[in-house]
Amino acid sequence: MITGTPKPIEEILEMLEPYDKIIVAGCYGCVTVCRVGGEKEVQVLASTLRLAREAAGRKIAIKEISLERQCDPEYIEQMRAYVQDYQAVLSIACGAGIQFLAEKYTTTPLLPGINTGFLGVTERQGEWSERCQGCGDCVLHLTGGICPVTRCAKSLFHGPCGGSVQGHCEVSKDVPCGWQLIIDRLKALDQMDNYTKLKPYKGWNTSRDGGPRRIVREDMI
Amino acid sequence: MLKAFENGADGVMVVGCLEGDCHYLSGNIRAKARVKRVAGIVDKIGLGAGRIHMYNLSAGEGSKFAAYANEFVERIREMGPSPINVARLKEA
Ligand code: SF4
Ligand code: SF4
Repeated sequence: MITGTPKPIEEILEMLEPYDKIIVAGCYGCVTVCRVGGEKEVQVLASTLRLAREAAGRKIAIKEISLERQCDPEYIEQMRAYVQDYQAVLSIACGAGIQFLAEKYTTTPLLPGINTGFLGVTERQGEWSERCQGCGDCVLHLTGGICPVTRCAKSLFHGPCGGSVQGHCEVSKDVPCGWQLIIDRLKALDQMDNYTKLKPYKGWNTSRDGGPRRIVREDMI
Repeated sequence: MLKAFENGADGVMVVGCLEGDCHYLSGNIRAKARVKRVAGIVDKIGLGAGRIHMYNLSAGEGSKFAAYANEFVERIREMGPSPINVARLKEA
């Protein structure tokens, strides 16, 4: 899922300074699962904002809604009937969802209520960690199911580097060395020959280096 | 919890069962973490973190409940009305 963290309330209040009537828009997708932008968080944020503004002597009217997904046009359309009645939309979906709303409602300012994080997994309730950077050319079959792009701080393809100490990455003692994890796993799977199969270099043209990416599936159009 | 403040409460007392004795195992521990979060929110927006507090007691401790309620009410009286109610009074 796409993860995120709430923006500090002071920052949101500053963004909302010019407005007195807004929509707080959540998303039932990823951000609901990582507890940062679902229906419940819409309620908490809207209550917080109403209280803060009323205590400051300047009330704010808030419509609370949550869309099935803010990254799909059919759900965004559900707001069209009333969006123009509000001065701004504060979205707590991921950055993709917020941008898609902004693209569809061009005359309404869109504000981000969360800081979008990474593609990750739920370690346990309340804890998430990164697993994939969407490089566009997956090598997990060669690396024992452990991503070198994400789990190695330098995204090396021929690690571990000299900074790997007793299984820890040099960036922090709390970060396991991704390449140590890969080597250990390959040994356990008896697949160390995979290590030599890794490409000598990785082409990053399928990653972010070529600018924003697009997928077109002719069979689905 | 935040709705209670919106509805005009000057303070919110949350009561859970004794830690380690929750019918829902860790429900009261989770509630404690949620109360802590809300205390942080009300503090940041200028209401004062002291306006919300969680107490733990068992269903059989009626007198303790009364004592906690009195203690909390006293504490909120000392803090005075919440800025929300002050603003509402001004407006009225
Ligand atoms: S808008 Fe973002 S958070 Fe919501 S479902 Fe789509 S990708 Fe996930
Ligand atoms: S190799 Fe690329 S696609 Fe595969 S998990 Fe890593 S970043 Fe994601």
